[in-house]
Order: sequence, then C-alpha cells, then structure tokens
Amino acid sequence: MTPANPKAIRVDLQLIADMIEPGTKVLDVGCGNGDLLEYLWRTKQVDGRGIEISTQGVQACVSAGLSVVQGDVEKDLRNYPDGAFDYVILSQTVQAMMDPKGVIEQAMRIGKRAVVSLPNFAYWRVRLYVMFKGRMPVSESLPYEWYNTPNIHFCTIRDFVRLTRHMGLTIERSLFLDEEGSSRTMGNSIATANWFGEQAVFLLKK
Amino acid sequence: MSTDQGPTDSPNPAYADGAWTLPGDRVRLAEDQALRLDSGVELEGVDVAYQTWGQLNADKSNAVLICHALTGDHFVLGEHPLTGKGGWWEAVVGAGKVIDTDRYFVICSNILGGCMGSTGPRAVNRETGQPWGKDFPVITIGDMVRAQKLLIDHLGIEKLFAVVGGSMGGMQVLEWACQFPDNVFAAVPIAAAARHSAQNIAFHEVGRQAIIADPDWRQGNYLAEGTRPYRGLAVARMAAHITYLSEAALTRKFGRNLQDRDSVTYGFEADFQVESYLRHQGNTFVDRFDANAYLFITRAMDYFDIADRFDGHLANAFKDTPVRFLVMSFTSDWLYPTRESREIVHALNAGGANVSFVEIASDKGHDAFLLDEPEFHKVFEGFLEGCAEHRGLNRKST
Repeated sequence: MTPANPKAIRVDLQLIADMIEPGTKVLDVGCGNGDLLEYLWRTKQVDGRGIEISTQGVQACVSAGLSVVQGDVEKDLRNYPDGAFDYVILSQTVQAMMDPKGVIEQAMRIGKRAVVSLPNFAYWRVRLYVMFKGRMPVSESLPYEWYNTPNIHFCTIRDFVRLTRHMGLTIERSLFLDEEGSSRTMGNSIATANWFGEQAVFLLKK
Repeated sequence: MSTDQGPTDSPNPAYADGAWTLPGDRVRLAEDQALRLDSGVELEGVDVAYQTWGQLNADKSNAVLICHALTGDHFVLGEHPLTGKGGWWEAVVGAGKVIDTDRYFVICSNILGGCMGSTGPRAVNRETGQPWGKDFPVITIGDMVRAQKLLIDHLGIEKLFAVVGGSMGGMQVLEWACQFPDNVFAAVPIAAAARHSAQNIAFHEVGRQAIIADPDWRQGNYLAEGTRPYRGLAVARMAAHITYLSEAALTRKFGRNLQDRDSVTYGFEADFQVESYLRHQGNTFVDRFDANAYLFITRAMDYFDIADRFDGHLANAFKDTPVRFLVMSFTSDWLYPTRESREIVHALNAGGANVSFVEIASDKGHDAFLLDEPEFHKVFEGFLEGCAEHRGLNRKST
C-alpha cells in the first residue's frame, strides 16, 4: 500500500505532516489537490478526509482515491460531530475565510487538535514592500493583486498568537519558515518569528 | 400520434410460459421463508432475473452490484432482447471501463416489481394462476433491496465490493448502506436523494393518472381483458422524459426546429422536433414496459424517505457506518438537484462516515449519469480504484 518513494510535498505541508501522529484520523479543511492527504495516507497510514470548494480540486482528490467532499468550509463544518477527528488541518485556509475565528472554533470543536498554517503579513519583506512601494505586497508565494486575492483576512504571527490567547487555546508547537525556506522553532520568540517568518505553523489544543 | 393503434402486442418473453429464454439467469428465492414486505404482506417465492459479467475472485471480494433506475432493467450491456438497442450503461460498464468487467464481478438484477423477469405485477400470481396486475402488493425501495440481498446470498457473496446506481438505483444504494452496512464495502449513489421530493411525487402522480385515465387500463385488468393502456403509458413516459433532461439540453438538441416541414401546420400534428422526439420516446417505451409495473415502481419511489425511519434524522441512518461513500450529482439535474445530494453528504458527515462528494458540471440534466461524461467517469473510476486499494484488491493483472 505504501510506495517506496512517496511524492515530495511542499515544505510548509511537510511541516504540518510532521506534526501528525501516524494512524490518526484527520480532516484537511481546504485540501486543494489533496497533496497533503495523499502524503499522510501513504506515509503515515492516516485515515484522512477533506473538504474543498473548487471543482477541480475535489475531482483531483477523489480521482486519486482520497475521501473529499465538495463544499463550503464556512457552511459545512457545522455538520461534523464533536471530536470526530484527531486533527483538523487548516493549511493556508484561515486567511481566505469570511469568518476566520468561527472556522477555528469549528475546527477545535470537531478535532482534538488543530494544525493551522498561515502567511505572515509582518514578514520583513512584506513590511518593506508596503513601506517603500506603498502598495499591497505581491510576491511569488502571494501572487495576487488586492482586487483578486482570495486572502481577505491577512494577519501577522503576533495577531494570530493574540487570537489563540483570546480564544483560550494552547499552542502546543509552533514553527516558522524563514527566507531560506528552512523551519525554525518559534517558542516564545514571537518578535523574531514575526519579523523573519514568511509563514508559520501552529499545533493548537483546547 | 401513432399510439392510437398501439404497437404490435408481442408477448414479453420474460413472462412467457416455459423455459427462460432471455440473456442472463432467473432464480426463485424466498421459497422456504417468505419475503416480508414493508406493507406487511408476505411474498412466498420471489423470482429474480439477473445477469452477471466478469469473474468472481477466489475470496469473493470483487463483486459490484448495479441497481437500475425506474425504467431500467438488468440488461446493462449488450443488445436489449426487446428493443434491440445497446445496454443502458455501456458508457460506464465493460472491459476497461469505469466498472471494469475484467476486474470486477458485476451483477445487475431486475428489481422486485419490475417487468423484465422478476416478480412483479406482470408476473403470474401462483395462487390464482393469473397475472398479479393491480393486485400486486405495494412495494418499497427497501423491499427491492431485500430481494437483491436474497440474490447476493444465493450467489454466496457475503460482502459486496460496491453497490452503485443512479436515480432510483441511487436510492437502492442508500438502502443497501442503511440496511446492510456490513455487507457493503463502498456505496455510490448518483443523481439521487434520501427522500422523494414533493415535486417528484407530483410528476409521478401525473404519469399514474395518465395510465389510469386510459380506458384500456381496465381498472388494472388489461392483461386478462386483452387490452393495453399504451396511450396512457406513453403520455406518462413523455412527461417523465422531460424531467430527465434540461432546458439547455432540449434547446441545444431541438430548439424550435420544425419536424420535416417548412412551416407550422396550424393543427396539432408534431410540428416541432421536440414533439416528435417525445412521441417517439413514448411509443418505444410501451413496447418494453408494463403499465402496472410503472404504477407500482413510481409508488415505491414516492414512499422513499430513509430519515422517516430514524425520527427524521438522516444522520442516524448512517451513524458510524463502515461503508465508504461517493455521492455525485449533476449541475443541470433539476429532478434530483445537487442540494438533495448535499443533504445526504451532510448526514453522512454528521454520522462520521467516510464520504466523497462531487458535483459534476453537465448541461444534460438528470440523464447525465447514463451518458458520456468524462469528468463523471474519471471521478467514479478514481474512487473505485482507491477503494480497491483499501479493500486489498489487486490491480487488474496485465
């Protein structure tokens, strides 16, 4: 069942995968083409499920043998029962939600833990972009213009940590990805992470 | 409309006296223990006509049951014995197709209440020696599935690899998962619903009333009285056929084009191509279908409401089910619209089920599940492939 060389996945997905215990039950919210779900199935024997809004993404997932439903995360998460999953993954998803806090609340209700990854809007290149160009930043990892971006609720690492405190959530692990794309432990050095982290990954528990 | 004469009344060989002459097999089940119907009636001895394709593997783990729709039958592949046309699901089933007969052991049976060899209103009631006609007991989708279960037991299969079907076939798939979750590995309800909507009941009632209003129906005794309610059945089919299509498909196919004429005739002939097409659909249907069977099967669909048995909570019908589901709908299907499939998906999610759901873009309406729809086939095939891997079925040997 497990091929010798599973397909490599994006580095931020790898960081998420590393936080998932083998053989667990996982819901990937906004699972895209299913790369992470397939990786978790192949390498960690995870019982994975997904939700994805794009037809193309869902078709790719189901055609690859993954259990994915086409749906709107903000409407459909409420159908899942409490504590149904060991992990709920929100990979680059919360910033594209109308109600990020509501989605995180649902994730914490459905899952025993949640893994959240997000782009950091306080990354130093982003700060300089705004400061010197005076425009909303467009980069390789965030290639959208302000008027067509799906990312309608950008936040910084500090903003997100603040929200978890406000919601009474425990951050069990936190990592950030620096300029070179290598991962660094965040720990209590929020300020460093907030300057030098292009992306961050959090493992949350109630 | 040529239904005035009606088609030539050749006896349906599925119910002729003597040997079974149609492709496939027929077996008599429920002889020792009667089949108890939802209505409370007990049917002693149930004939099930069926066909199989492919080979059952050594551990009997590769069987796929196809459930047919209202006017379908078990002639999935190959020439239909009455119409001479190809099988109804050749787009999906066959060697190298989505449901690969080189890999799976594929079974399809004529439903209980059907008119192609299984026990139904067209069959002879052994107690009276006469056709059942309208005295056939009212059946349900659940009854159809229990009859199929008898067949699967008879074939010595404990667990089906997959149960699949579109429209009323999809309803049977849901019943299978609900009644026999431990006997089904994967379930694929396509263009279906967990209950029949008011609109769908309404359309069925139009069809039934068309049949009943035909004087040749003879209070349901037309078989004994030597008449056939062809006109009523043809009208029922015409009305139903519209619901299987979409406005876009009708417009693309026919528009307002005239049939073999340059201008309208200021009369009630089939001036328009779409009229001619519907009349043809009606006329060819009566050659192969029994009017009373149409009444009973549409009734079974109307009664269908799985949640009703679970205090209105559909999720409870599938709570902790081990079955893996793929639910599919089509964008232009207004008979079983996507929101009906979504309700199934939400209930399955709430019940903790393993479920996939895709809405396929198609302008072909409800009938899309019968047609060449590449995206539909790709998703369907990928799902079965994934399930085969989870079930430990080997890839097709090369």
